[in-house]
Amino acid sequence: MSEIDKATVAKIARLSRIKIDEEKQAALAGELNNILGWIEQLEEVDTDGIEPMASVVDTKLKWRTDVITDGDKQESVLKNAPKAEYGFFAVPKVIE
Amino acid sequence: MTDLNKLKIAEARDLLGKGELSSVELTEAHISAVEASKPLNAYIESTSEIARTQAKSADAQIKAGNQKGMTGIPVGIKDLFATKGVHTQACSKILDGFKPEYESTVTQNLWDDGAVMLGKLNMDEFAMGSSNETSFYGNVLNPWRLKTAAGEKDTVPGGSSGGSVSAVAGFAAMGATASDTGGSIRQPAAFTGTFGIKPTYGRCSRFGMVAFASSLDQAGVITRDVRDGAIMLESISGFDPKDSTSAKLDVPNFEAALTGDIKGLKVGIPAEYRLEGTPQEILDIWDKGIQWMKEAGAEIVEISLPHTKYALPTYYIVAPAEASSNLARYDGVRYGLRETVDGDGLIPMYEETRAAGFGEEVQRRIMIGTYVLSAGYYDAYYLKAQRVRQLISRDFKEAFEKCDVILTPTAPSAAFEFGAKSDDPLAMYLNDVFTVPASLAGIPGSSVPAGLDKDGLPLGLQILGKAWDEETVLKVSHVLEMAAAFTHQPSEWWR
Repeated sequence: MSEIDKATVAKIARLSRIKIDEEKQAALAGELNNILGWIEQLEEVDTDGIEPMASVVDTKLKWRTDVITDGDKQESVLKNAPKAEYGFFAVPKVIE
Repeated sequence: MTDLNKLKIAEARDLLGKGELSSVELTEAHISAVEASKPLNAYIESTSEIARTQAKSADAQIKAGNQKGMTGIPVGIKDLFATKGVHTQACSKILDGFKPEYESTVTQNLWDDGAVMLGKLNMDEFAMGSSNETSFYGNVLNPWRLKTAAGEKDTVPGGSSGGSVSAVAGFAAMGATASDTGGSIRQPAAFTGTFGIKPTYGRCSRFGMVAFASSLDQAGVITRDVRDGAIMLESISGFDPKDSTSAKLDVPNFEAALTGDIKGLKVGIPAEYRLEGTPQEILDIWDKGIQWMKEAGAEIVEISLPHTKYALPTYYIVAPAEASSNLARYDGVRYGLRETVDGDGLIPMYEETRAAGFGEEVQRRIMIGTYVLSAGYYDAYYLKAQRVRQLISRDFKEAFEKCDVILTPTAPSAAFEFGAKSDDPLAMYLNDVFTVPASLAGIPGSSVPAGLDKDGLPLGLQILGKAWDEETVLKVSHVLEMAAAFTHQPSEWWR
């Protein structure tokens, strides 16, 4: 596996949408390398022909009829929003 | 009146039923205990007015002949469970001010059974931690203190359900809801001399639980003994159409499983849990547990769980991967905190909000999760981990062909001092070494107080069972509890 450096930390931070100040990047790179280095012992395990496990219990996901069972909750949905206007979530300007 | 706080749920239920105690009295005693427990920092929000209303209604239900298992019983709720109109933040700053417009199914089940809500309990932020040192609301203290020659020292309550165990061990709740992703019910139960049980994945609805790692998260309970655990677990369990992973199975009468009879039952002892470096005291209490099982007429069977060693690294791929996806919803738009950056647009707002709102451990795990899911690494890390997870689960299935339950220590240490592991994420992760494998396999597990170590701190033993067989886990836990006769209590130094 590749070594995580400051540039990788900056890239993961951007993908994670978390602002990481430059002076913190080196320390975080060290921690992530430690953890990922330890994780790499999984390479010892022979997993050829093993199906990846997506669900722990042997049940199929349930289906239901595609009908509305709930609704008309605009007020509730917006109640906790930091900013709501005209019945919508409001965010900083996206398009000039 | 202080004695009312020390009643067990079963005892209180019987007194309430006979009319020898009212829920109003019981609740008032607990509201005072919540107040007195402030030094423990177990509660982050007290809901005494709701409790008083619910207690009155419980007394009326009992009078009308409608008593259920939890009617009139005051409990605490982990801050991970959505409670309508009441503080729900999973102890994170990013959910600042969030008061959900809905109720989690687990808590709704409790209120439908007449339970009384004392307040919201502290926890590690988003349930990420094994010592309750990552909460936005500060550390929770363990009621049990380390006894050294130089005096008593504070210890961590374990995590992430630190507030839940501290409130129950500290007599400030008769029981508490908790949640377990990699051991967050069992490890803190062991650290505080309480009983904790995590049921099979799918036994309880996850609707309204703040999500950490959806394929692992499962609700459970913390109580002061096994019988109470059975009563409360039965109340929170059951099918819920609002959670597609909740199982359509009848909930057994868990209390009826406590027969005291385990003659002929096969108890598996996994060779791989005898880890190098495990303190002798932990191995000794395990040996004692094996002896107690034999004396109760169970048969001891040596079993092998060959992939045990790989459970923790597997967990630290799967859980952060799911967390990075689940926690993407905290972006400053729909609820909670928003950090605005004037004129900078949407993405800087996301980035500033998440930097300010998430604590260090949560940021670290989101970063790991993002990395292992990112282009070029998905197969090498995430798919590999899902394959190893299959092998870990298969180990348990094969073991359960030879035995009915598995007995192990709950944690590789007793409660430790604050700061002892918090600077080293890896050292902290290793504390979950005995609990994580069962979480990955989705099977039920409990922790039973088994004894004290040389410093006067509780040690727990873990019972694991087959999927959907909580009854046998509870039955064996109960026999273990009787054999261990753990009657120690913490000195109430905080009062």
